[in-house]
Amino acid sequence: MNLLTSFIAILILTLSALGIAFTPISFLLTAILPYAAFTVFIAGFIYRVVKWAKVPVPFRITTTCGQQASLPWIRNNPLESPSNVWGVIGRMAMELFLFRSLFRNTDVAIVGQKPIYGSAKWLWFFGLLFHWSLLIIVLRHLRFFIEPIAPWIGALSAVDGFFEIGVPTLYLSDLTVVAGLTFLLFRRVVVPQLHYISLVTDYFALLLLLGVVTTGLLMRHFFPADLIHVKNLTLGWVTFAPAVPKEVGAVFYIHLCFVFTLLAWFPFSKLMHMGGIFLSPTRNLANDNRTKRHLNPWNAPVKVHTYEEYEEEFRDKMKLAGLPLEKE
Amino acid sequence: MSAAKTPKPDELIEVRYAPPATPWMETPTVFRPGAWSYSGNVKSLTALGLPNPRTWQPPDEDWKLPENWQSIILEGLRERLEKYRSFRLFMDICVRCGACADKCHFYIGSGDPKNMPVLRAELLRSVYRRYFTVSGKRFGKLVGARDLTIDVLKEWFYYFYQCTECRRCSVFCPYGIDQAEITMMGRELLNLVGCNINWVTEPAANCFRTGNHLGIQPGGVKDMLEFLADDVADRTGVHVEVPLNRKGAEILFVIPSGDYFADPGTYTCMGYLMLLHEIGLDFTFSTYASEGGNFGLFTSHEMIKRLNAKIYAEAKRLGVKWILGGECGHMWRVLHQYMDTMNGPTDFLQEPVSPITGTRFANARSTKMVHIAEFTADLIRNGKLKLDPSRNDAYRVTFHDSCNPARAMGLFEEPRYIINHVCKHFYEMAEETIREKTLCCGSGAGLGNEENEEMRMRGGMPRAMAVKQVKERHGVNRLACMCAIDRAALTSLMDYWVPGVTVMGVHELLANALVMTGEKERTTDLRGEPLTGC
Repeated sequence: MNLLTSFIAILILTLSALGIAFTPISFLLTAILPYAAFTVFIAGFIYRVVKWAKVPVPFRITTTCGQQASLPWIRNNPLESPSNVWGVIGRMAMELFLFRSLFRNTDVAIVGQKPIYGSAKWLWFFGLLFHWSLLIIVLRHLRFFIEPIAPWIGALSAVDGFFEIGVPTLYLSDLTVVAGLTFLLFRRVVVPQLHYISLVTDYFALLLLLGVVTTGLLMRHFFPADLIHVKNLTLGWVTFAPAVPKEVGAVFYIHLCFVFTLLAWFPFSKLMHMGGIFLSPTRNLANDNRTKRHLNPWNAPVKVHTYEEYEEEFRDKMKLAGLPLEKE
Repeated sequence: MSAAKTPKPDELIEVRYAPPATPWMETPTVFRPGAWSYSGNVKSLTALGLPNPRTWQPPDEDWKLPENWQSIILEGLRERLEKYRSFRLFMDICVRCGACADKCHFYIGSGDPKNMPVLRAELLRSVYRRYFTVSGKRFGKLVGARDLTIDVLKEWFYYFYQCTECRRCSVFCPYGIDQAEITMMGRELLNLVGCNINWVTEPAANCFRTGNHLGIQPGGVKDMLEFLADDVADRTGVHVEVPLNRKGAEILFVIPSGDYFADPGTYTCMGYLMLLHEIGLDFTFSTYASEGGNFGLFTSHEMIKRLNAKIYAEAKRLGVKWILGGECGHMWRVLHQYMDTMNGPTDFLQEPVSPITGTRFANARSTKMVHIAEFTADLIRNGKLKLDPSRNDAYRVTFHDSCNPARAMGLFEEPRYIINHVCKHFYEMAEETIREKTLCCGSGAGLGNEENEEMRMRGGMPRAMAVKQVKERHGVNRLACMCAIDRAALTSLMDYWVPGVTVMGVHELLANALVMTGEKERTTDLRGEPLTGC
């Protein structure tokens, strides 16, 4: 049901893109929405991150996944239980670039009246594959916005198209991004537990990304868009002189519509995990709790039971037990 | 109301992981007997000044809530979103990838999808979306938002008291989302309208008044410790001292009250007494700070601070140099991650130095509290203890990492170092079930009560089965641990799932092997059982 709802939402987006593509209001998609979506994305992203960052971190609640730094002859695990900022940087880098925590993933089944834990690295593998592919694709797209094309973008594209399959060359990242997204969607539909927890927005995010990727692939390999015209348009955005595009094709309009939807929706969605991961207190704090005092900005006095009150209540009993007293 | 009869292990192990046919928001919460805890009593709530003290029980139709309970909860939610970055972030960034789902011992043992950490969090997240996000306000159910109704509140109660705050899920989450943090907030909110459980509030109230969870008064603490000293004399022929509330001692020693109150913790406590006597440590216990554990952790952050304050206050009053802490799990989460922030700074104490070895515990230089496993490992390393591991030859030992020292401290090697020096037969459980991936005893966070027994046995099943595996493979008959709640909880868990395995503390194991000056020939272990292995 949730999957169907998201699918319908994607259809509506497609139809509205087509609906305005070849009408006089197509400038909405080519001249207004690029700025609107990009502004919402940047402003929204900053707003969300600032909103999180403004909330204090009252306690240092690191999740320790390795040996603490204690006695000098016991080997500390600097990446899983960092004792200083360098360790934290290392730990965060492992999370960001390699999805360290997801790599631990296991699954469980009751076999012969016992839970058996199996390795389950598929989520890690396809998750990582998808994210890296998307990053490469986004970087490759910079060639539409920079003139002359920076050499590193050319180099990246050359490596990505290393196998030189077909004309134009099939990019490896295009294949892997589809593989990643398909796996992520497939498991959400097929694994009963995952299906059970999935919201409309979970499917929508995947379908939207698949939409972006599919239209991109279609344009490159099946319904070629005129790259000169596309680049004229994109450079026009960058120089704040959006031109009216010619001969870029219907698929291009759908592609744009998906991308702008993604940009505008991003800051309000779970996709903000991209910014949030940097702020996660269980990962980005060192396990140096007993070495350095962590300050809580709202640490306020509370009602405690003082020793004086305690002795007051139990004085006779303490005396009887021969315990030392403050006041006889 | 009597506790439900817990099904036999053969029935309980038949766990089905297929989710129900109805979507989770439309699946009503049934308070199944054996899976919930009695409500906090009026006396305890009143003693602590907690809101809405009244007589009620969770299965009741009418929970006797204040008329404006919704606005109290929503206001409380708003306040916490502004005070805890962890909470706000964890409400926002979950992608529901499901990596945490089958990592929860309660889910593994029950198959109830609302025990998947992701869904347990969604119970609260759905309400957050509805009242605190633009899309939730506008699109409601379409974006996973729902109204805060009485049924939602009851659902929170049921499932936030089916989480032991063990943090195993947070190890596997790609963003480090910690269900313990969400459960803690959920319980704080429930507390605002007087919905709590007696196995938490009564110990907390006792702790506030008498200094320990069990409500033992000063004379009682003294009697119990002296009784244990007599037992030590009986087993070893050595008379050990029990210094109490002694001003001018070098070190204040704080232990969980379970260690001097009941078996098998008492044997661990005898172990402490023997060790500290043997090395001639200048220390004192305190009747005022007669509890290191802190059931505030299962109530609210404010309550953690209220119950923890006595430790530094007592250290200051007695004029000690630093503090040593006994074997306990959640106690060490509070001491390691909260105490200094809440009740520091500790300018009246000194950086801990072992008077026996001269070792400086630089890792505790701010908090000034050292874990006894760190202290003892250092003693062994420096050759200060005479040990005869053959006295433990009858034991085939495995070790359970307690959740909090594991995932909130990283205390892995110290206890293993000790165990490896005091016994000859030590076998680790499967890799997925130890260290940072350790599985909970199923009874932490205040859930270790009788009426909740079925849920405890379910939640403890994964741990028990890992023990069963080493029992079958290596003949393991002893389960060592470093936590007072474990010592109680694992004992009943073993009786249920793996009969024949006895639970013991690491310092009990150590004291068996400890050769003391002037001791008589040791013929029994600390429990008075013959040293058959010699």
